[in-house]
Amino acid sequence: MNVKLHNPDKGTDPEAIRADFPILSRKVHNKPLVYFDNAATTQKPQAVIDALVGYYTGLNSNVHRGVHYLSQQATIAFEEVRQKIQHFVNAKFSHEIIYTRGCTEAINLVAASWGKVNVGKGDEILISGMEHHSNIVPWQMLCEEKGAVLKVCPLHPDGSLDMEAYAAMLGSKTRLVAITHISNTLGTINPVKEITRLAHEKGITVLIDGAQALSHMKVDVQDIGCEFYAFSAHKVYGPMGIGALYGKEDVLNAMPPYQGGGEMIKSVTFEKTLYNELPFKFEAGTPNVGDVIGFGAALDYISAIGIERIAAWEHELLCYATEKLSADPAIRIIGTAPEKASLISFLINGIHPFDAGTIIDHMGVAVRTGTHCTQPLMDGLGISGTIRASFAFYNTKQEIDRLMEAIEKVKEFFL
Amino acid sequence: MKIEETTSAIVSEFESFDDWMDKYNYLIELGKSLPLIDEKYKVESNLIQGCQSRVWLHAGFDGTLVHFTADSDAVITKGIANLLIRAFSGHTPQEILDSSTEFLKEIGLTEHLSPTRSNGMLSMIKQIKMYALAFKTKAAMGN
Repeated sequence: MNVKLHNPDKGTDPEAIRADFPILSRKVHNKPLVYFDNAATTQKPQAVIDALVGYYTGLNSNVHRGVHYLSQQATIAFEEVRQKIQHFVNAKFSHEIIYTRGCTEAINLVAASWGKVNVGKGDEILISGMEHHSNIVPWQMLCEEKGAVLKVCPLHPDGSLDMEAYAAMLGSKTRLVAITHISNTLGTINPVKEITRLAHEKGITVLIDGAQALSHMKVDVQDIGCEFYAFSAHKVYGPMGIGALYGKEDVLNAMPPYQGGGEMIKSVTFEKTLYNELPFKFEAGTPNVGDVIGFGAALDYISAIGIERIAAWEHELLCYATEKLSADPAIRIIGTAPEKASLISFLINGIHPFDAGTIIDHMGVAVRTGTHCTQPLMDGLGISGTIRASFAFYNTKQEIDRLMEAIEKVKEFFL
Repeated sequence: MKIEETTSAIVSEFESFDDWMDKYNYLIELGKSLPLIDEKYKVESNLIQGCQSRVWLHAGFDGTLVHFTADSDAVITKGIANLLIRAFSGHTPQEILDSSTEFLKEIGLTEHLSPTRSNGMLSMIKQIKMYALAFKTKAAMGN
């Protein structure tokens, strides 16, 4: 595939980078769009859009087993992306990367397959108080089915994980730790390597929900040491509807298949089916080839810029926004852990987040309001929701100033 | 006043606004002036759960007419509830069932009509119609 790459010479010059994202030049409510909903989904660079169009105009074909030219080329491109993802998260083998519809499906795959043979009555699954519903509900379902118990590790008031409580909660009945790398509501970056080390000391398997992490920092699954790491393409500038599960080879091999169908089988008779090897054992049915190609283009794009440069610029945006928001006594920031990714949840002096969000939207600024699919966390904090601004490397300080203007407007309306 | 007369009056009021800020200021005023719901009706069973703001809707039936009261923790949502109550409260179940909700599109509140987890406005309308249907059935059964 010929993918138009970002010119690394542009560095992190915001204007040059912004030009790569066509949607950023549009207007909403007659004002230039300020897109601060990157934790929900990131915008797509032209390189990704081109890759999708390129695939459907010149390469579309069903992958694997096809002897004809297009099928072979599509298969090569499809499998090349698996290697790109492998290198991007530093997995040992490319067959440790399982394509899924997204992070949610990756977690459900582990719950259904690994959970089927590894969790029993009275066993415990340990999650944290800051989990997204996607990393709560699959475990609740598994616990209900198996008669297992879901345990929740508490947080400190600043939104960081209570590591002392965590260590104490790892017991002889704990089968799995499932914790997010970065909180989508608080921005907290969890010490996943330490979390994994402590769990492994007791022989406990670890799954990390990486949905929010991959776009903001270098992720090295071998360094973390976790058995599973789940993520989505659409939060890393790629298309929606595609994601992946990283799983350690031996752990994946010991797991039963997730869904049955084509691709995941070696041979089928009506009496007995032999399952395919990794990674195909877990990829039943025709895969989402086009979006896999788009995912590959997204990883190429951010690799060309450099995740470290992206992280540095996003940190600067976070500091700038924190400083601006903290200077306003009417604003309360929710989540002040020392290690934070580039997102800020906040409340404006008794104004309902929905009311604030409606006005902010009319000022051309896209933020998210509500519970961010973390209702138990909101209940724990005693609030009904927050306003969340989440930044990407194409955002600017001027845009944060636009958010501050929008907040002033909210105050005019409601205070 | 018929429901259609009320809703056309609402449409005319909104037509007089030049920009979105006036419109929202008006909605906020409507929200603040929404008559208070009796605290005993702010219960779980009257809650219309949207993802963003909580709305309580209570319906009473005097044998002929349906009377609605509502509350929300978000002011804009309360303003919308006020509009809906003004249009539909004090009418017979049949009148409510026969009425159109097109006026909400005409006043440019379509963004609140999307069936997403926004503010439960669609759920409010659905609930109003459900109450009307329930009361109609109740009246027909002679209870």
